[in-house]
Amino acid sequence: MTSNTDAVRRPRLPGHRPVARLSAAIAQPILTRVVRRIAERHPSLFARLGPHQKTDFIIDPIELPFALHLRPDPDALIFRAVPRDLAPVAGAAIRGRFMLLLELVDSEEDGDAAFFSRDLEVTGDTEAVVRLRNALDDVDGSIAEETADMFGAPGRAILARLRRSYPAN
Amino acid sequence: MAVTNMTKLTLGPIAYHWSADRRRDFYARIADEAPVDEVYLGEVICSKRAPFQEADLPTIIERLERAGKRVVLSSLAEVMLTRERKATADMAAMDSHEIEINNAAGLYARGKRPHRIGLFMNAYNEATIKWMADQGATHVVLPTELPAPAIAVATRVARDLGLDVEVQVFGRASLAVSARCYHARAHGRTKDNCQFVCEDDADGMPLTTSDDQPILRVNGIQTQSESYVDLLPEATRLVGDGVTHLRLMPQAVDMVAVAQVFRRTLDGDHELSEAEAELRRICGDTPFSNGFFYGEAGYRRIANVNRV
Amino acid sequence: MSLAELICPAGTPAALRTAVDAGADAVYCGFQDATNARNFPGLNFTPDELAESVTYAHAKGAKVLLALNTYPPAGRVDLWRQAADTGARFGVDAFIVADMGVADYIARTHPGVRLHLSVQAAASSPEAIRYYCENFGVKRVVLPRILTIPEIRQIRKEIPCEIETFIFGNHGLMVEGRCSLTNYLTGQSTNLDGVCSPASDVEYVRHDDGSMSSQLAGFTIDCFGPDEKAGYPTICKGRYTAPHRQEGYYAFEEPISLNLSRLLPELIEAGVHAFKIEGRQRSKSYVRNVVKAFRAAVDDIRAGREANIADLVALTEGQKQTQGAFETKKWR
Repeated sequence: MTSNTDAVRRPRLPGHRPVARLSAAIAQPILTRVVRRIAERHPSLFARLGPHQKTDFIIDPIELPFALHLRPDPDALIFRAVPRDLAPVAGAAIRGRFMLLLELVDSEEDGDAAFFSRDLEVTGDTEAVVRLRNALDDVDGSIAEETADMFGAPGRAILARLRRSYPAN
Repeated sequence: MAVTNMTKLTLGPIAYHWSADRRRDFYARIADEAPVDEVYLGEVICSKRAPFQEADLPTIIERLERAGKRVVLSSLAEVMLTRERKATADMAAMDSHEIEINNAAGLYARGKRPHRIGLFMNAYNEATIKWMADQGATHVVLPTELPAPAIAVATRVARDLGLDVEVQVFGRASLAVSARCYHARAHGRTKDNCQFVCEDDADGMPLTTSDDQPILRVNGIQTQSESYVDLLPEATRLVGDGVTHLRLMPQAVDMVAVAQVFRRTLDGDHELSEAEAELRRICGDTPFSNGFFYGEAGYRRIANVNRV
Repeated sequence: MSLAELICPAGTPAALRTAVDAGADAVYCGFQDATNARNFPGLNFTPDELAESVTYAHAKGAKVLLALNTYPPAGRVDLWRQAADTGARFGVDAFIVADMGVADYIARTHPGVRLHLSVQAAASSPEAIRYYCENFGVKRVVLPRILTIPEIRQIRKEIPCEIETFIFGNHGLMVEGRCSLTNYLTGQSTNLDGVCSPASDVEYVRHDDGSMSSQLAGFTIDCFGPDEKAGYPTICKGRYTAPHRQEGYYAFEEPISLNLSRLLPELIEAGVHAFKIEGRQRSKSYVRNVVKAFRAAVDDIRAGREANIADLVALTEGQKQTQGAFETKKWR
């Protein structure tokens, strides 16, 4: 299902497809490290996912050249960057601005409010999304900062720059 | 069939704001022709409607009793305003007739004197029913959304405690009540200046989804199912579980004919398939449902696997 | 002046800690099963999590109230009794109950633990409230969101227990504990299963013109234009047509939040003991912001200062808010 958000706001630069593949490839090793670390530190997260540990989620930051594929299976964790045209058939998809998605992960932003205001779009299995949201919401502290910390000072600097470049609305 | 012969058919209180004339005619026919054993009277939904009925009530009671029906008076489901509190207290003080209580305010006023527990009292389980029996309840109407296994357990316990047990087997299910009047709202009015616009909808005001699916009925502060609950095919099972009273809710159809279909089926004078076809003819296009009984979505119609 | 305790929601242990740290006087929560009215996927507490959470809250001087506010269907009463036993063992400060059988069990088995009467019991008159106080020793009633402030003031004079009112959050329209709308469409019951418009039956369908339908079990509850605010598909907030309303209208209520921040002083003056914030299903972010704002406002009012109401109003910014029945009975 294509989204309105998708069609209207996403920039379509010439040659976007090779760019998407390249950037996805560069992001991949970082993503793998990140998700393994988060999973190790927050095992209770998986219990809240219940039957949706095997669900394929597509997390789609509308302004990035690629989407993220998450399957939160503790035995075979997948978190990878995929060009949109190569994304698997997802059980559920979550679409929005990158910074909003980051804030949702960190509970800086309220998912219901973002959904009501149409900034966040949910398609597919609604229960899967609700479970993922509740699982992430039970994590204390900031996953974004934990991630940044993994890469030391440069990581924290990138996060800070990212946040500055996305002033609140 | 000896067991089902003992089963009583009841006529629940009219949920709608039928005119005084319509009510008089309705109960006159019920008295003369309907094979129901007990009739519940009284305004349960909206306290503003009650004054329209009070004048005729003694005549209607007398008429029904003369025809051999037992009359039970039902109390308001929602009690908040002074007039509602007073109406509830007045009814709880009554000794002339059995009363059916639909709000905890009524239980408070009634104390340990005998009473029936109405549809709105949430008597969902054996612990609550035991509590209610200890406080003087003699009869319990189980909530319409209770599924069959829970009905069986609740009924067994209630019967052991000496209570009669009643289940709604026909008519729209009450799905919700509110402080707000949705009939008034639909006409751009408030509850206080409603001008009794609910009188226009003798079988509830239909609500339809934006893609034309009929879904609910509005009756003043009450929201009802679009479908009529029909547990005719399940009646034998209910009776087998020990249910003593089967309730028919008055709808804007030929209720005498509805009662006759149920009575004949209970008495074994009617093949079920024939009876169902007859009920279908009486009720026109209104869908039938029994989903609650099977633990499924209430609007659904589940085929009775026991049917031969 | 009443104590004006702030009663805050927690759907997860992290949310509970957030609420306590933000200044909650008490936090209410429930187990991961049908024993409470927010039995939502991925939400709520395991027994171990509850034990840890009670320790955390108590160490910071906050109370934990355990919601056992659904109605057991016959044959399943033991689940509610075991939940009460578990809660009592961990030292919760009160049980929030609706069912008479559950109330009776707790009153007899755990007489040392306070009983609060849930809004799900729908006790909206002094007589109904007294019934629960006198029979089960109920210490506090959570009032239905259908009363005006003068009505609350009057009730306060006629009952022997404390009053808790909702001040913020989802605005339920139907008399709570008397609603089977969800069960009618989905087969899951609000009263028996603790479920309201379950996510498993919810689907959002996007149309080519940019509009979006929200569906529950295949029934279209609402359809939002491309620039319209969306809502969760609860049946009582859907748009339908009626014979003389062919254009489609909110037959029960618009998607709207309750926000009584402007009425706090009046509620305190009316004798309301505790203010309840709805939203166990909402995020930590919601809990943090709402609790902080109301904490500051209540502290200001209690100290005789002018409360900064603007912050509270901003919490529902962009969404519609209402004072519901509390301000005027014209709402009815």
